[in-house]
Amino acid sequence: MTGMEKNRWPPGDLVIWIFIMAELLVFGVFFAAYAFTRTNHVELFNTYQLTLDRNAALINTVALITSSYFVVRAVAAIRVDDSRRCFHWLLAALAMGLLFLVVKGAEYHHHFSQGINLNTNTFYMFYLSLTFFHFLHVILGMIILLAVALKARSGGYSAAEHTGVETGASYWHMVDLVWMVLFPLVYVMR
Amino acid sequence: MKYQSQKVAKLYFIAAIGLFVGQILFGLIIGAQYIWGDFLFPEIPFNVARMVHTNLLIVWLLFGFMGAAYYLVPEEAETDLVMPWLATLMFWIFLAAGAATILGYLLVPYSSLAELTQNDLLPTMGREFLEQPTITKLGIVVVALAFLANIGLTILKGRKTVINLVLLMGLAGLAVFFLFSFFNPVNIVWDKYYWWWVVHLWVEGVWELILGSILAFILIKTTGVDREVIEKWLYVIIAMTLITGIVGTGHHYYWIGTPEFWQWWGSIFSAMEPIPFFMMTVFAFNMVNKRRRNHPNKAAVLWALGTAVMAFLGAGVWGFLHTLAPVNYYTHGTQITAAHGHMAFYGAYVMINLAIISYAMPLLRGREAANSNKSQVLEMWGFWLMTISIIFITLFLTAAGILQVYLQRFSDSPMPFMVVQEKIELFYVLRELTGLVFLAGLIVYIASSFVGSNEPEATAEGEVVAS
Repeated sequence: MTGMEKNRWPPGDLVIWIFIMAELLVFGVFFAAYAFTRTNHVELFNTYQLTLDRNAALINTVALITSSYFVVRAVAAIRVDDSRRCFHWLLAALAMGLLFLVVKGAEYHHHFSQGINLNTNTFYMFYLSLTFFHFLHVILGMIILLAVALKARSGGYSAAEHTGVETGASYWHMVDLVWMVLFPLVYVMR
Repeated sequence: MKYQSQKVAKLYFIAAIGLFVGQILFGLIIGAQYIWGDFLFPEIPFNVARMVHTNLLIVWLLFGFMGAAYYLVPEEAETDLVMPWLATLMFWIFLAAGAATILGYLLVPYSSLAELTQNDLLPTMGREFLEQPTITKLGIVVVALAFLANIGLTILKGRKTVINLVLLMGLAGLAVFFLFSFFNPVNIVWDKYYWWWVVHLWVEGVWELILGSILAFILIKTTGVDREVIEKWLYVIIAMTLITGIVGTGHHYYWIGTPEFWQWWGSIFSAMEPIPFFMMTVFAFNMVNKRRRNHPNKAAVLWALGTAVMAFLGAGVWGFLHTLAPVNYYTHGTQITAAHGHMAFYGAYVMINLAIISYAMPLLRGREAANSNKSQVLEMWGFWLMTISIIFITLFLTAAGILQVYLQRFSDSPMPFMVVQEKIELFYVLRELTGLVFLAGLIVYIASSFVGSNEPEATAEGEVVAS
């Protein structure tokens, strides 16, 4: 059974995958709406895209990729029955999540202090909506990782049974993946 | 039935079905008025009959939800209700207030009712679905608070299951959002904005939590599938419901004077609202397929599966039809809306109430598990007559709606509203005839409670081995 566990597909609980697919569908529709609207307002989008802080977004991209790596290490740790290490890697991933929230929060502060809101123009409407919706997902993902981390610390998982860790990891990778599309689409592509 | 205090649910269920009959009768009256405009005029004008039709619907569904809660909460919490007497008292208060309000609608002109009930002191009347006099609204709040206290304390005292907590969350949300019916801004934009917090956040938000938890309860009871599996589904379904449903409120904010971003937010999020309903369908069929035993109450299982399918069609598919802003630009407030409203309310909320009533009533009336075979066969006839009728009512109204949108709003030479109404009259006639079949189905359904009471209980054929 333990040997099979590693190759089980999909990793984690099947229900989280239904949830992940539904979430990706929502983001997919949002991205498509962004792309189609942009074709009608290319100049507007290009102009206001320059007001975004690409360096901050790059830091956040690195933060999320790193956190995903940490989550992978956490899963690897529990597969060799090392709950303590699993807990520590999850904490590291959470720290990266927190870094993302702080950087993104600073960006929002910058925009809001300039009086920018959802009604400023179509570009900002999409920028704020998409990034804020993703922001909420980072928070939700962190809550899930925290719950998993706490259970790992109290020895709730083992090499034989760690579906919860894989479930949390799968969701976190989804949050990361969405940002991997969002970052080039909204900040970089011209 | 395991706990004595569950018995109070019986009163609520009987009242619910009684009011359901009233709702259908008034539905038939307004259906006839679509064909003969002066039918029963001036005794029962259209606006009054419509108000009675919609208000009775809401009130009987609330009776059903309360009955469902009083039935399933003690069983889930594994303890008696803390205050069964309060549940009985509130039943009579709610019924009396409801009856007085309906009589008020029917016997005095609406404006006189407003004067009579001192609407000036705290004006809350005159808004669709929230037409109740302020005093009735206050009564509803009192009943809701007493109900929540009773249910909440019982849950606190006993076992805290996911089903109970989701149900409590839904019921608490129901009470909280109703408070916005007291908020009546002068600015018509704000007025509509918050009006939807009651109307939308009820039916596309917290009521779905109630629906999900009642469905999960029935499935646990009738299939014997592990609680953990069912609870996991419930978590994901309610998460999806809240993500899509709350921001989905935006699909009501397209043309009422709110900022333009609502057209995007409303379109994108509400387009996803079918997802939790689809999950519910997959969930229900999955659980029944994985069942560990055949439950003798086949009628209850039929209602449970029926509500999963019909809620997806009515709320999910028919909602999606006109939820995108560019489509809604043409379909807003036409018979398309009526088509969606009928199938969604029936599929999601009427059927879940009938499902829990079907499951619980035999037990409340002293059966071991189910009614006799004869009674169940008749009940299933009621199921099919009502369900097929509502499908046809929806299709006829959809046809009427498509024609209406085209003739009145889309064609090169748009026609006036009343001219179009005459042109689509055929569909109103068909709808009314189908409505009569629905009434027949309801009569058959009620009759099923009275037949075969002396016959032995139905038994489950063949035990199923867990897969």
